Amino acid sequence: MIKLSAVYLLAGLMFAGFALFSAGDRANSKRFGNTAFWGLTALSFLAGDRLGDLGNGVLVLSLALLAGFGLLGRGQPATTTPDERMALAQRFGNRLFIPALMLPLVVALGVLVLKPIQFGGIALMDPKQATLISLAVAVIVGLVTALILLRQPPASPLQEGRRLADTIGWAVLLPQFLAALGAVFALAGVGAQIGHLVTTYLPVDTRFAAVTVYCVGMAAFTMLMGNAFAAFPVLTGGVAIPILVIHFGGNPAVIASIGMLSGFCGTLMTPLAANFNLVPPALLEIPDRYAVIKAQIPTALLMLIVNTVLMYVLAFQ
Amino acid sequence: MLILLGVAVIVAGFALRLNPLLVVVAAALTSGWFAGLSPLQVIAAFGKAFNENRYVSIAYLALPLVGVLERAGLRERAAAIIAGLKGVTAGRFLLSYMALRQVTAAVGLVAIAGQPQTVRPLIAPMAEAATEVHDGPPDLAARYAVRAMAAATDNVAVFFSEDVFIAMGSVLLMVGFLTSSAIVLDPIHISVWSIPTALAAFAIHGARLLLFDRRLARRLAPRTPGVIRP
Repeated sequence: MIKLSAVYLLAGLMFAGFALFSAGDRANSKRFGNTAFWGLTALSFLAGDRLGDLGNGVLVLSLALLAGFGLLGRGQPATTTPDERMALAQRFGNRLFIPALMLPLVVALGVLVLKPIQFGGIALMDPKQATLISLAVAVIVGLVTALILLRQPPASPLQEGRRLADTIGWAVLLPQFLAALGAVFALAGVGAQIGHLVTTYLPVDTRFAAVTVYCVGMAAFTMLMGNAFAAFPVLTGGVAIPILVIHFGGNPAVIASIGMLSGFCGTLMTPLAANFNLVPPALLEIPDRYAVIKAQIPTALLMLIVNTVLMYVLAFQ
Repeated sequence: MLILLGVAVIVAGFALRLNPLLVVVAAALTSGWFAGLSPLQVIAAFGKAFNENRYVSIAYLALPLVGVLERAGLRERAAAIIAGLKGVTAGRFLLSYMALRQVTAAVGLVAIAGQPQTVRPLIAPMAEAATEVHDGPPDLAARYAVRAMAAATDNVAVFFSEDVFIAMGSVLLMVGFLTSSAIVLDPIHISVWSIPTALAAFAIHGARLLLFDRRLARRLAPRTPGVIRP
Protein backbone atom coordinates (compact mmCIF):
# COMPACT_ATOMS: atom_id res chain seq x y z
CA MET A 1 0.00 0.00 0.00
CA ILE A 2 1.28 3.45 -0.91
CA LYS A 3 1.20 5.64 2.17
CA LEU A 4 1.70 9.30 2.93
CA SER A 5 5.26 8.55 4.12
CA ALA A 6 6.22 7.83 0.49
CA VAL A 7 4.95 11.28 -0.49
CA TYR A 8 6.97 12.84 2.35
CA LEU A 9 10.07 10.99 1.13
CA LEU A 10 9.54 12.45 -2.34
CA ALA A 11 9.04 15.97 -0.94
CA GLY A 12 12.13 15.56 1.25
CA LEU A 13 14.24 14.55 -1.74
CA MET A 14 12.90 17.51 -3.71
CA PHE A 15 13.82 20.01 -0.97
CA ALA A 16 17.23 18.32 -0.54
CA GLY A 17 17.77 18.88 -4.27
CA PHE A 18 16.84 22.56 -3.86
CA ALA A 19 19.37 22.81 -1.00
CA LEU A 20 22.19 21.18 -3.00
CA PHE A 21 21.68 23.28 -6.10
CA SER A 22 21.37 26.42 -3.92
CA ALA A 23 24.81 25.74 -2.44
CA GLY A 24 26.40 25.89 -5.90
CA ASP A 25 24.57 29.04 -7.02
CA ARG A 26 27.28 31.75 -6.97
CA ALA A 27 24.89 34.36 -8.34
CA ASN A 28 23.06 34.31 -5.00
CA SER A 29 25.12 36.11 -2.33
CA LYS A 30 23.00 34.48 0.40
CA ARG A 31 23.25 30.99 -1.09
CA PHE A 32 24.17 29.29 2.19
CA GLY A 33 21.08 30.76 3.83
CA ASN A 34 18.96 29.16 1.11
CA THR A 35 20.89 25.91 1.46
CA ALA A 36 20.24 25.87 5.21
CA PHE A 37 16.55 26.75 4.83
CA TRP A 38 15.73 24.16 2.15
CA GLY A 39 18.08 21.64 3.81
CA LEU A 40 16.22 21.89 7.14
CA THR A 41 12.91 21.60 5.27
CA ALA A 42 14.24 18.45 3.60
CA LEU A 43 15.33 17.09 7.00
CA SER A 44 11.82 17.67 8.34
CA PHE A 45 10.23 15.69 5.50
CA LEU A 46 12.84 12.90 5.50
CA ALA A 47 13.34 12.40 9.23
CA GLY A 48 10.69 14.43 11.06
CA ASP A 49 9.26 11.35 12.76
CA ARG A 50 12.65 10.47 14.24
CA LEU A 51 13.65 13.91 15.52
CA GLY A 52 11.39 13.96 18.57
CA ASP A 53 9.12 16.85 19.52
CA LEU A 54 11.86 19.10 20.88
CA GLY A 55 14.11 18.26 17.92
CA ASN A 56 11.36 19.32 15.54
CA GLY A 57 10.81 22.43 17.66
CA VAL A 58 14.47 23.43 17.36
CA LEU A 59 14.31 22.77 13.61
CA VAL A 60 11.26 25.05 13.28
CA LEU A 61 12.90 27.74 15.41
CA SER A 62 16.00 27.63 13.19
CA LEU A 63 13.82 28.03 10.08
CA ALA A 64 12.08 31.04 11.64
CA LEU A 65 15.41 32.65 12.59
CA LEU A 66 16.89 32.10 9.10
CA ALA A 67 13.83 33.80 7.59
CA GLY A 68 13.48 36.48 10.25
CA PHE A 69 17.08 37.67 9.92
CA GLY A 70 16.82 37.94 6.15
CA LEU A 71 19.33 35.18 5.43
CA LEU A 72 17.42 33.90 2.40
CA GLY A 73 18.28 35.24 -1.03
CA ARG A 74 16.82 34.50 -4.42
CA GLY A 75 18.68 31.90 -6.46
CA GLN A 76 19.44 32.49 -10.13
CA PRO A 77 19.31 29.08 -11.78
CA ALA A 78 20.16 29.14 -15.48
CA THR A 79 16.81 29.17 -17.26
CA THR A 80 15.52 30.23 -20.66
CA THR A 81 15.23 33.92 -21.59
CA PRO A 82 11.86 35.49 -22.46
CA ASP A 83 12.81 35.46 -26.18
CA GLU A 84 13.80 31.79 -26.04
CA ARG A 85 10.49 31.02 -24.34
CA MET A 86 8.54 32.73 -27.11
CA ALA A 87 10.43 30.66 -29.68
CA LEU A 88 9.91 27.45 -27.69
CA ALA A 89 6.22 28.24 -27.29
CA GLN A 90 5.89 28.54 -31.07
CA ARG A 91 7.89 25.40 -31.71
CA PHE A 92 6.08 23.16 -29.21
CA GLY A 93 2.62 24.71 -29.70
CA ASN A 94 -0.17 22.90 -27.93
CA ARG A 95 2.10 19.98 -27.06
CA LEU A 96 3.02 22.13 -24.05
CA PHE A 97 -0.39 21.47 -22.56
CA ILE A 98 -0.04 17.68 -22.55
CA PRO A 99 2.21 17.47 -19.45
CA ALA A 100 0.23 20.30 -17.84
CA LEU A 101 -3.00 18.35 -18.30
CA MET A 102 -1.43 15.21 -16.82
CA LEU A 103 -1.74 16.86 -13.41
CA PRO A 104 -5.54 17.20 -13.24
CA LEU A 105 -6.10 13.99 -15.25
CA VAL A 106 -3.95 11.77 -13.06
CA VAL A 107 -5.31 13.34 -9.86
CA ALA A 108 -8.87 12.70 -11.06
CA LEU A 109 -7.93 9.18 -12.14
CA GLY A 110 -6.30 8.51 -8.77
CA VAL A 111 -9.20 9.81 -6.70
CA LEU A 112 -11.99 8.31 -8.81
CA VAL A 113 -10.50 5.05 -10.19
CA LEU A 114 -7.33 3.99 -8.36
CA LYS A 115 -8.47 4.76 -4.81
CA PRO A 116 -10.96 1.85 -4.56
CA ILE A 117 -8.56 -0.71 -6.12
CA GLN A 118 -7.49 -3.51 -3.81
CA PHE A 119 -5.07 -6.40 -4.21
CA GLY A 120 -5.98 -9.36 -1.99
CA GLY A 121 -7.74 -7.08 0.47
CA ILE A 122 -4.93 -4.53 0.60
CA ALA A 123 -5.73 -1.15 -0.90
CA LEU A 124 -3.38 0.20 -3.59
CA MET A 125 -3.14 3.48 -1.71
CA ASP A 126 -4.07 4.67 1.77
CA PRO A 127 -7.69 5.74 1.09
CA LYS A 128 -7.52 8.63 3.59
CA GLN A 129 -4.57 10.14 1.75
CA ALA A 130 -5.66 9.33 -1.81
CA THR A 131 -5.67 12.97 -2.96
CA LEU A 132 -2.12 13.76 -1.80
CA ILE A 133 -0.78 10.45 -3.10
CA SER A 134 -2.51 11.01 -6.44
CA LEU A 135 -1.02 14.50 -6.63
CA ALA A 136 2.49 13.09 -6.10
CA VAL A 137 1.95 10.41 -8.77
CA ALA A 138 0.50 13.04 -11.12
CA VAL A 139 3.57 15.25 -10.70
CA ILE A 140 5.89 12.35 -11.55
CA VAL A 141 3.85 11.39 -14.62
CA GLY A 142 3.72 15.04 -15.71
CA LEU A 143 7.48 15.49 -15.25
CA VAL A 144 8.41 12.34 -17.17
CA THR A 145 6.10 13.42 -19.99
CA ALA A 146 7.55 16.94 -20.00
CA LEU A 147 11.19 15.79 -20.00
CA ILE A 148 10.63 13.39 -22.91
CA LEU A 149 8.12 15.31 -24.99
CA LEU A 150 9.70 18.74 -24.58
CA ARG A 151 13.32 17.49 -24.36
CA GLN A 152 14.16 19.41 -21.21
CA PRO A 153 17.48 18.82 -19.39
CA PRO A 154 17.35 16.20 -16.59
CA ALA A 155 18.40 18.72 -13.92
CA SER A 156 15.67 21.16 -14.93
CA PRO A 157 12.93 19.91 -12.54
CA LEU A 158 15.09 20.64 -9.49
CA GLN A 159 16.58 23.85 -10.89
CA GLU A 160 13.24 25.24 -12.05
CA GLY A 161 11.52 24.07 -8.86
CA ARG A 162 14.21 25.87 -6.88
CA ARG A 163 13.65 29.00 -8.95
CA LEU A 164 9.95 29.00 -8.02
CA ALA A 165 10.59 28.04 -4.38
CA ASP A 166 13.02 30.96 -4.05
CA THR A 167 10.43 33.23 -5.65
CA ILE A 168 8.00 32.34 -2.85
CA GLY A 169 10.83 32.33 -0.28
CA TRP A 170 10.10 31.74 3.42
CA ALA A 171 6.34 32.03 2.69
CA VAL A 172 6.58 28.42 1.42
CA LEU A 173 6.49 27.22 5.03
CA LEU A 174 4.11 29.84 6.44
CA PRO A 175 0.95 27.71 6.01
CA GLN A 176 2.57 24.86 7.93
CA PHE A 177 3.78 27.30 10.63
CA LEU A 178 0.24 28.62 11.02
CA ALA A 179 -1.20 25.12 11.24
CA ALA A 180 1.25 24.43 14.06
CA LEU A 181 0.31 27.71 15.74
CA GLY A 182 -3.32 26.56 15.65
CA ALA A 183 -2.32 23.47 17.63
CA VAL A 184 -0.46 25.56 20.24
CA PHE A 185 -3.43 27.94 20.51
CA ALA A 186 -5.71 24.94 21.07
CA LEU A 187 -3.36 23.65 23.78
CA ALA A 188 -3.35 27.07 25.47
CA GLY A 189 -7.16 27.30 25.26
CA VAL A 190 -7.30 30.41 23.06
CA GLY A 191 -10.32 29.22 21.05
CA ALA A 192 -12.33 28.31 24.14
CA GLN A 193 -11.56 31.73 25.65
CA ILE A 194 -12.76 33.64 22.58
CA GLY A 195 -15.85 31.44 22.32
CA HIS A 196 -16.61 32.20 25.96
CA LEU A 197 -16.34 35.95 25.32
CA VAL A 198 -18.62 35.76 22.26
CA THR A 199 -21.32 33.73 23.99
CA THR A 200 -21.18 35.82 27.19
CA TYR A 201 -21.18 39.32 25.82
CA LEU A 202 -23.03 39.29 22.48
CA PRO A 203 -26.81 39.59 22.14
CA VAL A 204 -28.55 36.39 21.12
CA ASP A 205 -32.08 37.08 22.38
CA THR A 206 -33.83 37.46 19.02
CA ARG A 207 -33.62 35.01 16.16
CA PHE A 208 -32.11 37.54 13.79
CA ALA A 209 -29.52 38.73 16.33
CA ALA A 210 -28.52 35.15 17.09
CA VAL A 211 -28.15 34.29 13.37
CA THR A 212 -26.04 37.43 12.85
CA VAL A 213 -23.84 36.73 15.88
CA TYR A 214 -23.21 33.18 14.65
CA CYS A 215 -22.46 34.08 11.01
CA VAL A 216 -20.39 37.20 11.69
CA GLY A 217 -18.78 35.44 14.66
CA MET A 218 -17.73 32.52 12.43
CA ALA A 219 -16.12 34.95 9.96
CA ALA A 220 -14.39 37.05 12.65
CA PHE A 221 -13.21 34.06 14.67
CA THR A 222 -11.90 32.41 11.49
CA MET A 223 -9.95 35.58 10.72
CA LEU A 224 -8.28 35.40 14.14
CA MET A 225 -7.58 31.65 14.02
CA GLY A 226 -6.84 31.48 10.28
CA ASN A 227 -9.06 28.45 9.87
CA ALA A 228 -12.82 27.95 9.80
CA PHE A 229 -12.37 24.41 11.12
CA ALA A 230 -11.00 25.84 14.39
CA ALA A 231 -13.87 28.31 14.72
CA PHE A 232 -16.66 25.85 13.86
CA PRO A 233 -16.73 23.66 16.98
CA VAL A 234 -16.40 26.64 19.35
CA LEU A 235 -19.20 28.79 17.92
CA THR A 236 -21.46 25.93 16.83
CA GLY A 237 -21.23 24.40 20.29
CA GLY A 238 -21.52 27.81 21.98
CA VAL A 239 -24.16 29.62 19.90
CA ALA A 240 -25.63 27.57 17.07
CA ILE A 241 -26.72 24.39 18.83
CA PRO A 242 -28.01 25.78 22.17
CA ILE A 243 -29.62 28.91 20.76
CA LEU A 244 -30.38 28.52 17.05
CA VAL A 245 -31.22 24.80 17.02
CA ILE A 246 -32.58 24.04 20.50
CA HIS A 247 -34.09 27.39 21.55
CA PHE A 248 -35.34 28.70 18.19
CA GLY A 249 -35.89 25.28 16.56
CA GLY A 250 -33.71 25.87 13.48
CA ASN A 251 -32.71 23.18 10.98
CA PRO A 252 -29.23 21.98 12.06
CA ALA A 253 -28.16 21.01 8.51
CA VAL A 254 -28.84 24.52 7.19
CA ILE A 255 -27.24 26.18 10.21
CA ALA A 256 -24.06 24.10 10.19
CA SER A 257 -23.65 24.28 6.43
CA ILE A 258 -24.11 28.04 6.10
CA GLY A 259 -22.22 28.65 9.35
CA MET A 260 -19.13 26.96 7.92
CA LEU A 261 -19.50 28.93 4.68
CA SER A 262 -19.65 32.15 6.73
CA GLY A 263 -16.36 31.06 8.27
CA PHE A 264 -14.93 30.72 4.75
CA CYS A 265 -15.79 34.43 4.20
CA GLY A 266 -13.37 35.08 7.05
CA THR A 267 -10.74 32.81 5.48
CA LEU A 268 -10.78 35.05 2.39
CA MET A 269 -9.95 38.11 4.52
CA THR A 270 -7.17 36.93 6.84
CA PRO A 271 -3.40 36.79 6.30
CA LEU A 272 -3.42 33.79 8.64
CA ALA A 273 -4.84 31.65 5.80
CA ALA A 274 -1.43 31.95 4.19
CA ASN A 275 -1.60 29.22 1.56
CA PHE A 276 -4.64 30.91 -0.02
CA ASN A 277 -3.85 34.56 0.67
CA LEU A 278 -0.11 35.19 1.14
CA VAL A 279 1.59 32.48 -0.94
CA PRO A 280 -0.20 33.50 -4.19
CA PRO A 281 1.11 37.12 -4.24
CA ALA A 282 4.63 35.74 -3.76
CA LEU A 283 4.04 33.11 -6.42
CA LEU A 284 2.64 35.67 -8.87
CA GLU A 285 5.39 38.20 -8.08
CA ILE A 286 3.03 40.91 -6.84
CA PRO A 287 4.94 43.28 -4.51
CA ASP A 288 1.98 43.96 -2.18
CA ARG A 289 1.83 41.03 0.24
CA TYR A 290 -1.88 41.69 0.86
CA ALA A 291 -2.97 42.21 -2.78
CA VAL A 292 -5.00 38.98 -2.99
CA ILE A 293 -6.77 39.65 0.32
CA LYS A 294 -7.69 43.14 -0.90
CA ALA A 295 -9.12 41.65 -4.11
CA GLN A 296 -11.19 39.21 -2.04
CA ILE A 297 -12.61 41.51 0.66
CA PRO A 298 -15.60 42.88 -1.35
CA THR A 299 -16.70 39.37 -2.39
CA ALA A 300 -16.18 38.07 1.15
CA LEU A 301 -18.24 40.83 2.81
CA LEU A 302 -21.10 40.52 0.32
CA MET A 303 -21.08 36.73 0.73
CA LEU A 304 -21.21 37.15 4.51
CA ILE A 305 -24.37 39.24 4.18
CA VAL A 306 -25.83 36.70 1.74
CA ASN A 307 -25.03 33.82 4.10
CA THR A 308 -26.61 35.57 7.07
CA VAL A 309 -29.80 36.27 5.11
CA LEU A 310 -29.87 32.73 3.65
CA MET A 311 -29.56 31.18 7.10
CA TYR A 312 -32.28 33.42 8.51
CA VAL A 313 -34.63 32.58 5.63
CA LEU A 314 -33.85 28.87 5.12
CA ALA A 315 -33.26 27.54 8.63
CA PHE A 316 -36.59 28.34 10.23
CA GLN A 317 -39.19 27.19 7.67
CA MET B 1 -7.70 36.37 29.37
CA LEU B 2 -3.96 36.90 28.98
CA ILE B 3 -3.62 33.88 26.70
CA LEU B 4 -5.36 36.04 24.09
CA LEU B 5 -2.20 38.18 23.91
CA GLY B 6 -0.92 35.57 21.43
CA VAL B 7 -3.66 36.68 19.03
CA ALA B 8 -2.67 40.32 19.67
CA VAL B 9 0.94 39.46 18.78
CA ILE B 10 -0.25 37.99 15.48
CA VAL B 11 -2.41 40.99 14.62
CA ALA B 12 0.32 43.50 15.52
CA GLY B 13 3.09 41.51 13.81
CA PHE B 14 1.15 41.14 10.56
CA ALA B 15 0.05 44.79 10.64
CA LEU B 16 3.68 45.91 11.06
CA ARG B 17 4.70 43.51 8.27
CA LEU B 18 7.35 41.83 10.39
CA ASN B 19 8.57 38.45 9.16
CA PRO B 20 5.51 36.19 9.63
CA LEU B 21 7.53 33.09 10.56
CA LEU B 22 9.02 34.94 13.55
CA VAL B 23 5.65 36.50 14.41
CA VAL B 24 4.03 33.05 14.49
CA VAL B 25 6.69 31.66 16.82
CA ALA B 26 6.41 34.75 19.07
CA ALA B 27 2.63 34.35 19.22
CA ALA B 28 2.93 30.68 20.18
CA LEU B 29 5.44 31.51 22.94
CA THR B 30 3.20 34.33 24.26
CA SER B 31 -0.02 32.33 24.47
CA GLY B 32 1.84 29.28 25.77
CA TRP B 33 3.58 31.35 28.47
CA PHE B 34 0.31 32.75 29.81
CA ALA B 35 -1.24 29.28 29.69
CA GLY B 36 1.50 28.16 32.09
CA LEU B 37 3.75 26.34 29.61
CA SER B 38 7.51 26.76 29.67
CA PRO B 39 9.22 28.00 26.48
CA LEU B 40 10.71 24.53 25.97
CA GLN B 41 7.28 22.94 26.26
CA VAL B 42 5.87 25.41 23.73
CA ILE B 43 8.74 24.76 21.31
CA ALA B 44 8.24 21.01 21.64
CA ALA B 45 4.47 21.35 21.12
CA PHE B 46 5.09 23.60 18.13
CA GLY B 47 7.62 21.16 16.65
CA LYS B 48 5.24 18.23 17.12
CA ALA B 49 2.38 20.08 15.41
CA PHE B 50 4.69 21.28 12.61
CA ASN B 51 5.70 17.67 11.96
CA GLU B 52 2.10 16.43 12.01
CA ASN B 53 1.03 19.13 9.55
CA ARG B 54 3.63 18.42 6.87
CA TYR B 55 0.85 17.44 4.46
CA VAL B 56 -0.03 21.17 4.25
CA SER B 57 3.13 21.70 2.16
CA ILE B 58 2.65 18.77 -0.25
CA ALA B 59 1.16 20.99 -2.97
CA TYR B 60 4.70 22.35 -3.56
CA LEU B 61 5.55 19.02 -5.19
CA ALA B 62 4.02 20.63 -8.27
CA LEU B 63 6.74 23.34 -8.40
CA PRO B 64 9.29 21.33 -10.45
CA LEU B 65 6.67 20.45 -13.07
CA VAL B 66 5.36 24.02 -13.24
CA GLY B 67 8.94 25.33 -13.51
CA VAL B 68 9.91 22.95 -16.31
CA LEU B 69 6.80 23.85 -18.29
CA GLU B 70 7.52 27.56 -17.82
CA ARG B 71 11.06 26.95 -19.01
CA ALA B 72 9.65 25.38 -22.18
CA GLY B 73 7.30 28.31 -22.86
CA LEU B 74 3.95 27.23 -21.36
CA ARG B 75 3.01 30.69 -20.11
CA GLU B 76 3.80 32.23 -23.50
CA ARG B 77 1.79 29.55 -25.32
CA ALA B 78 -1.20 30.00 -22.98
CA ALA B 79 -1.08 33.76 -23.55
CA ALA B 80 -0.87 33.26 -27.33
CA ILE B 81 -4.02 31.15 -27.33
CA ILE B 82 -5.91 33.86 -25.48
CA ALA B 83 -4.54 36.47 -27.89
CA GLY B 84 -6.16 34.52 -30.75
CA LEU B 85 -9.64 34.64 -29.23
CA LYS B 86 -12.19 37.29 -30.14
CA GLY B 87 -14.07 39.23 -27.49
CA VAL B 88 -12.09 37.82 -24.60
CA THR B 89 -11.44 40.00 -21.56
CA ALA B 90 -9.72 39.28 -18.25
CA GLY B 91 -13.05 39.31 -16.40
CA ARG B 92 -14.89 37.06 -18.87
CA PHE B 93 -11.97 34.66 -18.97
CA LEU B 94 -11.82 34.45 -15.17
CA LEU B 95 -15.60 34.03 -15.07
CA SER B 96 -15.33 30.92 -17.31
CA TYR B 97 -12.51 29.60 -15.13
CA MET B 98 -14.63 30.19 -12.06
CA ALA B 99 -17.55 28.22 -13.51
CA LEU B 100 -15.27 25.31 -14.40
CA ARG B 101 -13.58 25.40 -10.99
CA GLN B 102 -16.91 25.52 -9.12
CA VAL B 103 -18.38 22.60 -11.06
CA THR B 104 -15.29 20.39 -10.64
CA ALA B 105 -14.91 21.29 -6.94
CA ALA B 106 -18.57 20.43 -6.40
CA VAL B 107 -17.89 16.87 -7.56
CA GLY B 108 -14.85 16.57 -5.29
CA LEU B 109 -12.09 17.44 -7.74
CA VAL B 110 -10.58 20.28 -5.72
CA ALA B 111 -6.99 19.10 -6.18
CA ILE B 112 -7.01 19.20 -10.00
CA ALA B 113 -6.23 22.94 -9.94
CA GLY B 114 -4.83 25.47 -7.51
CA GLN B 115 -2.52 28.42 -6.97
CA PRO B 116 0.84 26.79 -7.77
CA GLN B 117 -0.35 24.27 -10.33
CA THR B 118 -2.80 26.30 -12.45
CA VAL B 119 -3.02 29.97 -11.44
CA ARG B 120 0.71 30.72 -11.80
CA PRO B 121 1.46 28.88 -15.06
CA LEU B 122 -1.90 29.27 -16.85
CA ILE B 123 -4.68 31.38 -15.39
CA ALA B 124 -2.73 34.52 -14.44
CA PRO B 125 -0.79 34.80 -17.74
CA MET B 126 -3.96 34.08 -19.72
CA ALA B 127 -5.90 36.76 -17.85
CA GLU B 128 -3.03 39.21 -18.42
CA ALA B 129 -3.01 38.35 -22.13
CA ALA B 130 -6.76 38.89 -22.31
CA THR B 131 -6.33 42.37 -20.86
CA GLU B 132 -3.66 43.09 -23.42
CA VAL B 133 -5.85 41.93 -26.33
CA HIS B 134 -8.84 43.93 -25.19
CA ASP B 135 -7.36 47.09 -23.70
CA GLY B 136 -3.81 47.32 -24.97
CA PRO B 137 -0.64 46.73 -22.95
CA PRO B 138 -1.42 47.01 -19.24
CA ASP B 139 0.85 49.03 -16.95
CA LEU B 140 2.47 47.25 -14.01
CA ALA B 141 -0.25 48.20 -11.51
CA ALA B 142 -2.93 46.80 -13.84
CA ARG B 143 -0.91 43.59 -14.28
CA TYR B 144 -0.70 43.16 -10.51
CA ALA B 145 -4.44 43.80 -10.19
CA VAL B 146 -5.23 41.16 -12.84
CA ARG B 147 -2.94 38.61 -11.18
CA ALA B 148 -4.45 39.27 -7.75
CA MET B 149 -7.95 38.87 -9.21
CA ALA B 150 -6.93 35.57 -10.84
CA ALA B 151 -5.72 34.21 -7.49
CA ALA B 152 -8.82 35.54 -5.70
CA THR B 153 -11.13 33.90 -8.25
CA ASP B 154 -9.58 30.48 -7.66
CA ASN B 155 -10.04 30.84 -3.89
CA VAL B 156 -13.61 32.12 -4.07
CA ALA B 157 -14.65 29.38 -6.51
CA VAL B 158 -13.25 26.58 -4.36
CA PHE B 159 -14.33 27.86 -0.95
CA PHE B 160 -17.99 28.25 -1.80
CA SER B 161 -18.37 25.07 -3.88
CA GLU B 162 -16.32 22.35 -2.20
CA ASP B 163 -18.97 21.66 0.45
CA VAL B 164 -21.40 20.58 -2.28
CA PHE B 165 -19.35 17.36 -2.41
CA ILE B 166 -20.51 15.12 0.43
CA ALA B 167 -17.14 13.50 1.15
CA MET B 168 -15.33 16.83 1.55
CA GLY B 169 -13.32 17.16 4.77
CA SER B 170 -15.30 20.14 6.04
CA VAL B 171 -18.63 18.37 5.48
CA LEU B 172 -17.43 15.32 7.39
CA LEU B 173 -16.13 17.59 10.16
CA MET B 174 -19.57 19.20 10.48
CA VAL B 175 -21.34 15.83 10.53
CA GLY B 176 -18.87 14.53 13.11
CA PHE B 177 -19.28 17.55 15.36
CA LEU B 178 -23.09 17.47 15.15
CA THR B 179 -23.07 13.73 15.92
CA SER B 180 -20.99 14.39 19.02
CA SER B 181 -23.66 16.92 20.02
CA ALA B 182 -26.42 14.28 19.64
CA ILE B 183 -27.66 15.62 16.28
CA VAL B 184 -27.43 12.81 13.74
CA LEU B 185 -27.89 13.65 10.07
CA ASP B 186 -26.77 12.46 6.66
CA PRO B 187 -23.95 14.47 5.03
CA ILE B 188 -26.13 14.94 1.95
CA HIS B 189 -28.22 17.50 3.87
CA ILE B 190 -25.16 19.61 4.67
CA SER B 191 -24.15 19.45 1.00
CA VAL B 192 -27.57 20.38 -0.36
CA TRP B 193 -27.80 23.46 1.87
CA SER B 194 -24.46 24.72 0.63
CA ILE B 195 -25.80 25.01 -2.94
CA PRO B 196 -27.57 28.39 -2.49
CA THR B 197 -24.29 29.93 -1.28
CA ALA B 198 -22.38 28.39 -4.22
CA LEU B 199 -24.83 29.99 -6.68
CA ALA B 200 -24.71 33.33 -4.87
CA ALA B 201 -20.89 33.27 -4.97
CA PHE B 202 -20.99 32.78 -8.74
CA ALA B 203 -23.41 35.69 -9.14
CA ILE B 204 -21.58 38.07 -6.81
CA HIS B 205 -17.99 37.34 -7.76
CA GLY B 206 -19.03 37.02 -11.42
CA ALA B 207 -20.58 40.49 -11.33
CA ARG B 208 -17.42 41.83 -9.73
CA LEU B 209 -15.35 40.27 -12.52
CA LEU B 210 -17.44 42.02 -15.18
CA LEU B 211 -17.13 45.32 -13.30
CA PHE B 212 -13.40 44.67 -13.07
CA ASP B 213 -13.32 44.56 -16.90
CA ARG B 214 -14.94 47.97 -17.12
CA ARG B 215 -12.49 49.41 -14.61
CA LEU B 216 -9.56 47.98 -16.56
CA ALA B 217 -10.93 49.32 -19.83
CA ARG B 218 -11.38 52.81 -18.39
CA ARG B 219 -7.94 52.76 -16.83
CA LEU B 220 -6.14 51.54 -19.92
CA ALA B 221 -8.18 53.45 -22.51
CA PRO B 222 -5.88 55.19 -25.01
CA ARG B 223 -5.66 58.88 -24.30
CA THR B 224 -6.61 60.47 -27.59
CA PRO B 225 -4.89 63.84 -28.05
CA GLY B 226 -7.31 66.71 -27.77
CA VAL B 227 -9.83 64.80 -25.70
CA ILE B 228 -9.78 65.96 -22.10
CA ARG B 229 -10.42 63.20 -19.63
CA PRO B 230 -11.44 63.86 -16.06
